Amino acid sequence: MTNDTDLKPRWTWLTPFNMIAGVIVIAGIIVTLIRFTQGLASVTRLSDYNPWGIWIGFDLMVGVALAAGGYVTSSAVYLFGMKKYHSAVRPAILTGFLGYFFVVIALHYDLGRPWRLPYPFIVGWGTTSLLFEVGLCVALYLTVLFLEFSPAALEWLGYKRTRELAHRLTIVLTVFGVVLSTLHQSSLGALFLAAPSKLHPLWYSPYLPTYFFVSSVIAGLSMVIFEGALSHKAFHDKMSKTYLEEHDPLTLGFGRAAALVLAGYFTIKVVGLAADNNWHYLTTSYGLWYLFEIIGFVLLPCFLFAVGARDKNLKLIRRTSALAVAGIVLNRLNVSLIAFNWHLPRAERYIPSFMEVIITVFMVTLIVICFRFIVTRMPIFYEHPDYTEHNH
Amino acid sequence: MGISRRRFLTWIGAAGMGLAASEKSHAGSLKHFEGYKDSMGVLHDMTRCVGCRLCEEACNKVNDLPKPVKDFKDLSVLESSRRTAPSAYTVVNRYEIPEQTKPVFRKIQCNHCLEPACASACFVRAFRKSQTGAVVYNPNVCVGCRYCMVACPFEIPTYDYDEPLTPEVRKCTLCSPRIEKGLLPGCVEACPKEALTFGKRKDLIKIARERIAKHPERYIEHIYGESEMGGTSWLYLSGAPFTSLGMREDLGNTPAPSLTSGALSVVPMVVGLWPVFLAGMYGMTQRREKIAEEEKEAAVALAVEEANDLAEEKLAKALSKADAEKRKALEKAEGEKEKAVKEALEAAAKPSDDSGEAVKGGDE
Ligand code: SF4
Ligand code: SF4
Ligand code: SF4
Repeated sequence: MTNDTDLKPRWTWLTPFNMIAGVIVIAGIIVTLIRFTQGLASVTRLSDYNPWGIWIGFDLMVGVALAAGGYVTSSAVYLFGMKKYHSAVRPAILTGFLGYFFVVIALHYDLGRPWRLPYPFIVGWGTTSLLFEVGLCVALYLTVLFLEFSPAALEWLGYKRTRELAHRLTIVLTVFGVVLSTLHQSSLGALFLAAPSKLHPLWYSPYLPTYFFVSSVIAGLSMVIFEGALSHKAFHDKMSKTYLEEHDPLTLGFGRAAALVLAGYFTIKVVGLAADNNWHYLTTSYGLWYLFEIIGFVLLPCFLFAVGARDKNLKLIRRTSALAVAGIVLNRLNVSLIAFNWHLPRAERYIPSFMEVIITVFMVTLIVICFRFIVTRMPIFYEHPDYTEHNH
Repeated sequence: MGISRRRFLTWIGAAGMGLAASEKSHAGSLKHFEGYKDSMGVLHDMTRCVGCRLCEEACNKVNDLPKPVKDFKDLSVLESSRRTAPSAYTVVNRYEIPEQTKPVFRKIQCNHCLEPACASACFVRAFRKSQTGAVVYNPNVCVGCRYCMVACPFEIPTYDYDEPLTPEVRKCTLCSPRIEKGLLPGCVEACPKEALTFGKRKDLIKIARERIAKHPERYIEHIYGESEMGGTSWLYLSGAPFTSLGMREDLGNTPAPSLTSGALSVVPMVVGLWPVFLAGMYGMTQRREKIAEEEKEAAVALAVEEANDLAEEKLAKALSKADAEKRKALEKAEGEKEKAVKEALEAAAKPSDDSGEAVKGGDE
């Protein structure tokens, strides 16, 4: 993203990072004002044919998938006994928390009447809707992530007792986190089960929920590696010896795991293709696009992760993680936007407006700013001196 | 509306709509809802439609919608294909059919599905399939997520994207307020050609069958809407293939709720089984760690013990060795002492002269 010096916290304000972030934030605020005073039509290119744009396709679909690092890492460490990666939990939980938080913020832009967001749980329990399940799980999981993250904040603030309390909930919260994540990650895919006539058959499958869940694990693993590599450059001085020591084995371990899950994902994708007998679509232009996704962003990263893990080539694993993350982005955009409404004539298809893109970039920037603010203050990459023993 | 209790009970399970008592979710089961008995519908016979747009005008009037830029009398709008919009709950399109001299006109509006996709998709239950047959929308609860629009297979619902504060989903209401007053839907009343017939759905199906039977040369032998997506309250007859009129024939007969019911039924499984599995995983990890810990401890203890034993043994050996040496040394010392004493005594006995000498010498 940027080199060392750009992200390094300094109190001279005119760093390149701050200038770019500043411009984005100002643009974001302007578009926000237009959006909430003039309505959706003034900033988006949404239409009656295309009710969902990139605020759903990217901010929600991609956002939730890429924030999966939290549950993947915490369950690996606390439930599956990979304590040796303990120091990776906090950064992953923090990213997860910020990711989900801004998913919810972004949702406020997209909803027609955002102040009614709690209505599904107050006014009408629309339990027949998968969106209800998504909403409920995201709301609960955001709370779980907040609690999981709270020990770091409480240590920073010096509330020892409360911190102990929050800390003791770790295992329960982790189990909750996995259950909720399984549900809403898969339900995001299941949302599209309702529209078999609109989503291209190569992407539509009764296995959509499974695809989304399994690929969220890939997203989680790859994001932890990818983000670790970026943080390594930017916040090296904030990292404890333990973190730095555990970092390389973690990259290796998660890379190996990602190779395995990608292989599984590829297999079930092929099974789905065979089950629906969709082979003949592969020769169409959508078919080529599908193959591009499957070969370039599933098979290739699978292979590269495997090679990297075998040769203990950390650099290769880090680069592959970026490829895998891009693959998740591509997949979510394909399902929600690119292969969606494929039957419509080109004039009716959706292309995001410039202002929609600004809001999306604005959200990502806010996540980076918050992340930077927190890791330069709270014990994320190191352990607070008062709480050093790992007591799990 | 006369409903028997048995009938009423079979409705329980309709996709989260209907009466307060029948608000149980349908989507969780695979029971097929065949529509309220005696519910109403409209039959649109496209062979009679002349594309005059009077229905559009009537709809605009009864729903108090904004006047369009081009007047309803202006038939030039038929040049382009249109869809429903927030300000037009119904539109008429013209289709040129190859090998047919006359164009075909199709009126588009909400089909008022028997098991509406929009209703099963809505997470706040803003849509309700009423007993009249109308799928009605409640703007007072709608959050504006627009999932209903994603889900509707007929691409009907529209949204007030221009409205900053009070946007609503907009679509044909089947003129439910008018029906309840005993009036005909605006469009049906306005149609000069009786291309639209309002009535009980089951009667409409009968009428449609009769028309097909009477004029097989005039009609395609299919009532569109009888079973599409589980059936709709709005039914269509046509002389041209439905696909050539932009009507999808690949939708299948599966009602919308069954598309997602499988995914929904997994929820209790995940909630029930995942924690058990995860707790098991955790327990196993803990146990493995505990065993490892114990084994480690035991090993350490053993090593310590062994080391102790060894040390003791060594010590004992050392001690006994030391003892023996001491004894030997003592004995030796004893011997030497005795020897020395003996020598001393001997010396003392023999050399009285020596000593005298010495004394002597000393005296000198
Ligand atoms: S046609 Fe669409 S909007 Fe109308 S009832 Fe059916 S699903 Fe709902
Ligand atoms: S836009 Fe309104 S009516 Fe449509 S699904 Fe969302 S909350 Fe329900
Ligand atoms: S039934 Fe009423 S709302 Fe629907 S198209 Fe006819 S006039 Fe318009």
